[in-house]
Amino acid sequence: MKQARQKKVAQFIGFFLLRACLTIVLAVLLLFLYDIGKKGGGAISWEFLTQAPRKGMTQGGIFPAIFGTFLVTLITAILAVPLGMCSAIYLNEYARQGRLTRLIRLSIRNLSGVPSIVFGLFGVILFVNIMRFGTSVLSAGLTLGLMTLPWTITASEEALKTVPNSYREGALALGATKWQSIRTNVLPYAVPGMLTGTVLGLARAAGETAPILFTGAAFFLPYLPRSLGDQFMALPYHLYIMATQHHQIEQVRPLAYGTALVLIVLVLGMNMTAVVIRYRLRRKRR
Amino acid sequence: MSVETGIAKIETRNLDFYYGPVRALKKVSIVCPANRVTAIIGPSGCGKSTFIRTLNRMNDVIPGTRVEGTILLDGKDVRAPDVDVVELRRQVGMVFQKPNPFPKSIFDNIAYGLRINGMRDKRKLEEVVERSLRGAALWEEVKDRMDENAFALSGGQQQRLCIARALAVEPDVILFDEPCSAIDPIATAKVEDLIETLEKSYTVVIVTHNMQQAARVSDYTAFMMLGELVEFDVTEKIFTNPANRLTEDYITGRFG
Repeated sequence: MKQARQKKVAQFIGFFLLRACLTIVLAVLLLFLYDIGKKGGGAISWEFLTQAPRKGMTQGGIFPAIFGTFLVTLITAILAVPLGMCSAIYLNEYARQGRLTRLIRLSIRNLSGVPSIVFGLFGVILFVNIMRFGTSVLSAGLTLGLMTLPWTITASEEALKTVPNSYREGALALGATKWQSIRTNVLPYAVPGMLTGTVLGLARAAGETAPILFTGAAFFLPYLPRSLGDQFMALPYHLYIMATQHHQIEQVRPLAYGTALVLIVLVLGMNMTAVVIRYRLRRKRR
Repeated sequence: MSVETGIAKIETRNLDFYYGPVRALKKVSIVCPANRVTAIIGPSGCGKSTFIRTLNRMNDVIPGTRVEGTILLDGKDVRAPDVDVVELRRQVGMVFQKPNPFPKSIFDNIAYGLRINGMRDKRKLEEVVERSLRGAALWEEVKDRMDENAFALSGGQQQRLCIARALAVEPDVILFDEPCSAIDPIATAKVEDLIETLEKSYTVVIVTHNMQQAARVSDYTAFMMLGELVEFDVTEKIFTNPANRLTEDYITGRFG
């Protein structure tokens, strides 16, 4: 009897602690969103979303920054998505699993832990200087792409690992080539997971400042980039300026909060897209 | 060990197999006669599954493994450089221990092997799918639900689906790797009946844990232990009058 009660008490304490942890995390997140929403919500207007900044960025909107962030994320995706997925397929499906593959995998995991400013400086050397793309949206996008690659590869590989080996063997045993077995019996079931991981990686890239700081982001531009060689404004960098570098920092504070709100909504939106993609594709398979 | 076997469909000579440094098969020489059922029995870890997987070279996909000796299919070495392993596997089908339907519709599961071999004609596909499902005694149960996901079937139905899928590509040989170990007794009886009907048109090799199963379905039986072939003979002889003491001990349940 006594033991039974002890067990129940232990269970109660255990679940209570787990629930408390979850509540704290959720509370902090909601408080944070509420604060940004309350202080930034007032700044949001049609003008704010569609106009360029005016009068030394004390008035007007943030459209060039929104546009720039979209553009640079697109370039990031063009580099990181195909390259990341293909690398993952090669690593997981084709490469002989040995010391070399383990070393490569370890390096990729380590790369995903490298601080983003290091990628930024590397991008300056490689894209801006050596490849002579200058400080441009192209250099910045490629730098972000490099930073995102390890994430995309790792997430894609994890997705491939969730496909049971019996699908591969079953296809091979019916006379499929290795490529046929991968294309028709592995990828269809791995792609939803691969896309989810990839979009999450891109969302993270869209919110980064350090990699674009020296490679292409502009403090202020009165026009939109007209080519890949132009500089661009980006939401995270714009926010950084409005929050810490502006000469009338108190006056532009609402605009800074508005920018933060737009950036958060953008990133959350991308994450939601990832969830929807996964849900849709999974349901189609069922 | 000379046994009258008729025409050999598959024959191994001094077959050795290594997982890294571990030798899993030791000089195994077995003949699997054409249009007969050959059972491989033996305690867990004796190399039965390893043996059967060498016959369609499924072990090739496991890194760090090595084969020595000879495996003949219709008298031709399956490891010869001019043998296309993809074609070999189409010719030597395999049904696995755990039913492994693909997460596709019942129809698409059966049609899978045909489609990867380039068949697009819808009417022909439907014809082969029906014939294969009838061959696997599953047609009556699924004919009205061909678009349903194969995962909706019961375990026993899934295994017959996998047999039908193997039949669809018209192999000469079908390898069964403990096909009934994951399904219930009634489903097992159905699969066993099925295997007996298959020997008219196919050569069957079945690995099984279950000695009654071997006695019921097979014409020839090989008893293996610790990677070695202990005895190979007509099934009736193995189960009534084994030549080797170890075989006798195993089939009478003294170990295993």
